[in-house]
Amino acid sequence: MELFRNVNVDWLGKKWYFLGFSLIFSVAGIISMGVHWAQIGSPVPLGVDFRGGTQVQVQFQNAPDVNGIRRATEAAGIKDAHIVAYDQAEKREMLISLPEQSDEVTVDAGRKQIVDALHASYNNPFTVRNVQAVGPTVGKQLEKQAGLATLYSLLGMLVYLWFRFELIYGVAAVVAVFHDTLITVGFFALTNQEISLTVIAAILTLVGYSMNDTIVVFDRIRENLRLTRREGLTDVVNRSINQTLSRTVLTSGLTFLTVLALYLFGGQVLHGFSFALVVGILIGTYSSIAVAAPMLVAYQDWRASKGKAAVLPAAKRTKA
Amino acid sequence: MKKNLNGKIAIIFGVLLVCLYGIFGLPKGVTGAALQAAITERIHLGLDLRGGAHLILQVVVNDAVNAETDNTVARIQQDLPVAKITFGSVLKPDPAMPQMIRILGADPAKSGDVRNELSNRYGAEYDVTGGGPDGTWTLTMKPTQLTDLQTRTVDQTIDTIRDRVDKLGVSEPVIQKYGLGENQILVELPGVDDPDRVRDIIQSTSRLEVHEVAGNSAGYASEQEALTSLGGAVPPDQMLLHGDSQGLASDGQDHIFLVKRVSIVGGKDFRDASAIAANDTGRQGVNFVLTNNGGERFYDYTSAHIGSYMAIVLGDRVKNVAVIKGAIRDNGQIEGQFSKEQIDALSFTLRTGALPASLVEKEVRTVGPSLGADSIKQGVIAAIAGMLAVMAFMLFYYRGSGINADLALFLNLVILLGFMGFSHATLTLPGIAGVILTIGMGVDSNVLIFERIREEIRAGKGPAQAVDQGFAHAWITIVDTHVTTIVSAAILFMFGTGPVKGFAVTLVFGLLANLFTAVFVSRVIFDSHVNHKLAGQKLSI
Repeated sequence: MELFRNVNVDWLGKKWYFLGFSLIFSVAGIISMGVHWAQIGSPVPLGVDFRGGTQVQVQFQNAPDVNGIRRATEAAGIKDAHIVAYDQAEKREMLISLPEQSDEVTVDAGRKQIVDALHASYNNPFTVRNVQAVGPTVGKQLEKQAGLATLYSLLGMLVYLWFRFELIYGVAAVVAVFHDTLITVGFFALTNQEISLTVIAAILTLVGYSMNDTIVVFDRIRENLRLTRREGLTDVVNRSINQTLSRTVLTSGLTFLTVLALYLFGGQVLHGFSFALVVGILIGTYSSIAVAAPMLVAYQDWRASKGKAAVLPAAKRTKA
Repeated sequence: MKKNLNGKIAIIFGVLLVCLYGIFGLPKGVTGAALQAAITERIHLGLDLRGGAHLILQVVVNDAVNAETDNTVARIQQDLPVAKITFGSVLKPDPAMPQMIRILGADPAKSGDVRNELSNRYGAEYDVTGGGPDGTWTLTMKPTQLTDLQTRTVDQTIDTIRDRVDKLGVSEPVIQKYGLGENQILVELPGVDDPDRVRDIIQSTSRLEVHEVAGNSAGYASEQEALTSLGGAVPPDQMLLHGDSQGLASDGQDHIFLVKRVSIVGGKDFRDASAIAANDTGRQGVNFVLTNNGGERFYDYTSAHIGSYMAIVLGDRVKNVAVIKGAIRDNGQIEGQFSKEQIDALSFTLRTGALPASLVEKEVRTVGPSLGADSIKQGVIAAIAGMLAVMAFMLFYYRGSGINADLALFLNLVILLGFMGFSHATLTLPGIAGVILTIGMGVDSNVLIFERIREEIRAGKGPAQAVDQGFAHAWITIVDTHVTTIVSAAILFMFGTGPVKGFAVTLVFGLLANLFTAVFVSRVIFDSHVNHKLAGQKLSI
C-alpha cells in the first residue's frame, strides 16, 4: 500500500496562506498571554511547582462537594483556598490549593491546615494522594534554569546545523521550533491550562520532534541541490517537500497515534503533558513545511534583491 | 558475505542478551511476579512514579557563622585582659552580618598592642580594621573563611541527614546539594509518604548530653529495682534512663540509670568528636571537643566533682558512665572497654548527632504510593497501546518489511531499558516523554529507509541494490536528525535538573539505541532476507 505517490504540490506558492495561518495562531496566543500577564502576572497559568504555594490532592471515600469543603476550610480560618474537582467524578478526588505563603518558614503549614480542617469539620474520610508545597524562590530558580537549559540546547542545535549545512538552515530550523513552542504555549494560555514541570518536558519533546522533521526536509533539499544545479531553489524546495511528504505524513501520523494514546489512556496526571504533545506534533509537522522551508527561499530571494550572487545556500559539500 | 552476516547476527543477539540482563539481572524465576521483582530492582523509578517525599531544605548557614563568631567573641573577652588591654565591650553589631565582630572602647593608648594581639591571634581567620581615637576595632571573617565555613556546614548537614535517613531504613535516598539555590539541600525519600514523620526525623536535633549520675554508677537491672532502692519514688530533680550495661561485665542487657535531670553540658555545647588510637593500657576512647562556653561550665563542674560519676547520654539513652578523674575544660575523652566498632559508631553519632545549622523548608512534595502506581499503570497502558498501534500499522503499510521495523522498534525498547538498568538512571514521568520521542524517531528512521527503498525500486533497481541505495541515502538524514537531538539532549542533561534531566537521560539512551537498531539491525535483517531471495523475486515493502 502506498499513499502520496508522485505528489506535485506547489507548497511555496501557498506561503502567504501559511504566513497568515501562523500569524493568526501566534498573535492569538500572544494576545491571550498578554491578557494573562495583566491578570495574574505571568503569560500562562503556572503550575504550583513554578508559582509557589500549596496544593493538596485528596481522595474521599464518599462523593465530595466543593461547598462543603469550602465551609470546612473557612471554618478553620483558611482564606483564598482554591477548590476544584480533579479527574473524573467517580474517582472522588479534589484539588485544594492555597496561594504562596509569604512566610517561607511555613512552607508545609498549608497542607497541615487543610488536612486538619477536613478532619475537623468535613465528615468524609479521605486519603492524601499528593502534596506539593513550593516556596516562591524555588519556583523562580526552576523557571530560570529550565529556560536557560532550553536556550542552550537550541544554540547547540543551531551550531550543529551550521556545521552540517549553512547558517541559514540552522536559523530557519530554530525559528520554526520557536514558532512551534510559541503556538503550543499560546494554546495553553488560550485554553487556560496550567504549565507544570511535566508540560516543560513535553515542550522539550516537541522541540526535538519538530527539529527532526525539519532536518529531514533540509537533508532532501541539500541532496537535490547537489544533483541539479540548474533548477531554481523554489522548485527544488517544492520537490524536496513532495518527495519527503509520504514520510512526513507517516511519521507524524504514527507519532500522533502514540501521543493520542497517551492523551486518551494516560489519565489526569499526564493530561497537560499529552495535550502539549498533541498540539505540538501537529504544529511541528506543519512548521517544517510551512515555516522552515519557505524561510530558505525567502532568504535566497532577499539576497538576490540585494544584488548579491544567487548562491544556493546548500553548496557545502558533505561526505558520504 | 554470508559469513559476515552471521557475525553481525551474533552481535545483535549478544547485545539483546546483555540488555536483557541489564533489565532483569538474573531473575529468581520466570513467573510474572519474579520478573516484575527483578525489573523493579534494576530499573529505578523516580518519586513521581514510585511515591515518596521530595524536600528542598535551606541550610541556615548563618547559624554556623554565629556559633563560630560567638566563640571568637568569648575568646577575645578572655584574651584581651590577659594581654592587659582594657576595653568597653565586645559585640556583634549587625544581626544580618553574623561574620562581623566589634570591640568598643579598647584603650586608645595601646592601639599598637591591640593590633598585634588581634592580628596574631585572629589574623588567620579575620580581617582586622580600626584603631581610631575612640578605640573601636572591627573583625570581619575573611570571605574565603566564610565560604569555607558555609560549605562545611552544608556538607555536615548532608552527612547528618544521610545518617538519619539510613537509620530509618529508607532505600535509595537522594541527599545532595541542590544546584539551583545557594546552600540548599535536595532530599528525596522514595516510599516515604508521610511528610510529618520525614520532617521530624530529618530536622530533629538529636542531642548528646552529659548528666551527673545520682544513684548506683553500675545502673540497676530494672526500673523496679531502681525504685526500690529509692524508696518508691524518683526525686523531682532526677530521672531514670535506660542504657547499655557498663564495664567488663557487658552483657548486652538493658540497664536503668538514675541521673540528675539537668545536664552538665549538652547539645550545642559539643563541637566535634573523634576516635583516638588505643593508648598504652590498651583502652580505647573517644575524643570530644566542647565549645568555649560549654568547656567553661564543664571545667567548673568537673573540678568540683572529682571522683563522681557522669553519664554520657545520647538520644535519651545512657551510652557510657565514667568516673571524673580530673578537671576537664573543652577537650575530653570517654574511655572504656569498647570495641573499635563501638567507638566508631559513638564518635560518628557524636559528630553527626546534631545539625550544625537549622533548616528551612523551601519545597515539600509528596506523592502517595497509590498515585505513583496509577501513573505507572496509565503510562504503561498508554505506551503499549501506542506502540501496538504503530506496529500494526507498519505491518499493514509495509507488509513483510513491517516485521523488520517492528523488530527494530522492540529491540530499541529493550536496549533503552537495558541502558537504564546498567547506568542506574532513574525513570521518571518526563523520562517516559523521552521514551515517546524515541519511539517516534525510531519509527521515523524506519519510515525514512523504507520510503527511500521504495523510491529506488520505483527507479527500477533490483532488491539488493535498492536496499543498498536506500540505506546509503537515508543514513545521512538519520545521522543528522539523531546527532542534532543528542546534542540538545546532552546540553539539557548538563544544565538541567529534575524533570529536564530525567527527560534527557532516556532520550540520549533511546537515540543511541535507535542508531543501532535502525541502521545496523534493520540492515542485517534486510540483507539476510535479500540473500534468501531467488532472482527476480520482489521485496515485500
